[in-house]
Amino acid sequence: MSTALALSQPLRIRWHWAWLTPLILFMAVMAGTSIGETSIPMDTILKVLANQLWGAGYAVDRIDAGIIWNYRLSRAILAGCCGAGLALAGVVLQALLRNPLADPFLMGISAGASTGAVAVTIAGLGAGAVTLSLGAFAGAGLAFGLVVMLAHAAGSGTGGGRSTQAAGAIILAGIAGSQLFNAITAFIIAKSASAEQARGIMFWLMGNLSGVRWDDVTLGLPAALAGLLVCLWHRRALDAFTFGADSAASLGIPVRRVRGILIASMALVTAVMVSMVGAIGFVGLVIPHAMRFIVGSRHTRLVPASALAGAVFLIGADIISRIIVPGQVLPIGVVTALVGAPAFAVILVRGARAR
Amino acid sequence: MRLAAQHIDWAVHGHRLLDDVSLAVEPGETFGLIGPNGSGKTTLLRVLAGLRKPKRGRVLIDEQPMNAMPQRDIARSIAFVEQQAETLERIHVRDAVALGRTPFLSALQPWSDEDDAIVSRALDDVDMKHMAERLWHTLSGGERQRIHIARALAQQPRILLLDEPTNHLDIRHQLSILQLVRELPVTVIIALHDLNQAMGCDRIGVMEAGQLVDLGEPQSVLNADRLYRTFGVHVDFLVDPADQRPVMRFRNTH
Repeated sequence: MSTALALSQPLRIRWHWAWLTPLILFMAVMAGTSIGETSIPMDTILKVLANQLWGAGYAVDRIDAGIIWNYRLSRAILAGCCGAGLALAGVVLQALLRNPLADPFLMGISAGASTGAVAVTIAGLGAGAVTLSLGAFAGAGLAFGLVVMLAHAAGSGTGGGRSTQAAGAIILAGIAGSQLFNAITAFIIAKSASAEQARGIMFWLMGNLSGVRWDDVTLGLPAALAGLLVCLWHRRALDAFTFGADSAASLGIPVRRVRGILIASMALVTAVMVSMVGAIGFVGLVIPHAMRFIVGSRHTRLVPASALAGAVFLIGADIISRIIVPGQVLPIGVVTALVGAPAFAVILVRGARAR
Repeated sequence: MRLAAQHIDWAVHGHRLLDDVSLAVEPGETFGLIGPNGSGKTTLLRVLAGLRKPKRGRVLIDEQPMNAMPQRDIARSIAFVEQQAETLERIHVRDAVALGRTPFLSALQPWSDEDDAIVSRALDDVDMKHMAERLWHTLSGGERQRIHIARALAQQPRILLLDEPTNHLDIRHQLSILQLVRELPVTVIIALHDLNQAMGCDRIGVMEAGQLVDLGEPQSVLNADRLYRTFGVHVDFLVDPADQRPVMRFRNTH
């Protein structure tokens, strides 16, 4: 993007690149569906899509059709939803807490989710009636609630409830909550897990898309879209936090309400994603920073750009996790960090030079 | 617009920062707030700006109680320039000023050419138009201060609150900002440390340990007795040969 152009119109959405978004997403999903242990040509995928969506009746190998529709397509779409959702949560938390290290898991959500997951799978909570996802979601909600209560109690002692200390209180409460739930998780694993169970849960904690079905997409897609809408709706409020909460308030932002809505909705999106695919790290921390370097820090552009980049990044990471070690699927969290860290380093160095 | 505070109390951790402060600033008036460090000037400005809801007492904008007004409506009337407001974001100067339009934009309302014009004028008013495309972190302290003021101007407020706005400015820009503020057709409340600059205000309020201890025209408030009691300094009044107006020169008490 040419800098001169980007600077001349500070708050307008530059629509002429917006039409590229669905195209890029479509291509990423196609790549995610095509590439894998067995490569499937694009025309086969398009035929299966046409058969499923319009009943076109092309002759396609039934095994290929099964793989495409039941496994790879739903998996690629959910990967995109998770990437977008986590990146958005990162954008929001970094903006509201004014801390570049803030990420979606700051509020104890991943720690709570893993506790919920091990409580169900290893400790046998719910006696088989509760799925791993439901357990993880409940754990995430519990941890988030605890962190918010703790942050509220710590923040209200500082006099001004909406003062800058509130952000510090949230971060510290998040750290305390995460530590607590991580310890509970470790305790449950150490006490009752077999070696096989421990390995399984480790894999899940690093992110795992292999069990994804259409049911998950019907939950993940609305969650990601709702998260995107909430962020876009509040884009000017997010901008107003640039110089802190007091500055946002003097620009007419009802700070408590907006912060509550944004943090709660992003926690919900994160919890939904984590409960389905585990705690995929790196996306929510790094994609927002990378996008700030590329499109700037105004949320009118940063929000859609981060959602798109997060989606494409995670679909790509999922492809790599499936093909990099033949015959084995790596946890996607390993790939996001292995690929993402060097990529981010390049952006960081280039960005520093551009200054 | 008239801004009035009635019996404002504010305490943090049992420390009383504001103690029964009442004042009324008339439309178009430039009101100076002076007082030693920690006397409550900033806290009072924050309460007047609607950033802190006082435990007791109330703030009125044109006789309307502020605590019943939505934050957005307050921001359409009142702009506040904080003493220090920093960011780590890579934000452009023009974008920082554009934030001033926030109270007038909604989620569905697009940025307009009029908003652009208002932002350009605000940048021009603080003599920063030539730096509009610079990044925030490349600016000096004084330049940042002028951008904060420009953002407040972009809010087109009818009441402007400034907390020691001339702190980081070189003398030329101190004078130009003060002149700009005085000439604005709006109600201004400005906390100042330079007492000679405070002489240019229409009225002055003196804060001391959370109380408003004196209020009136600069010539009557800024006398030797008041300066000794509030600031603990001796003052000599000299006469500026240029315009025959008094200039203060300060000495330690020992």
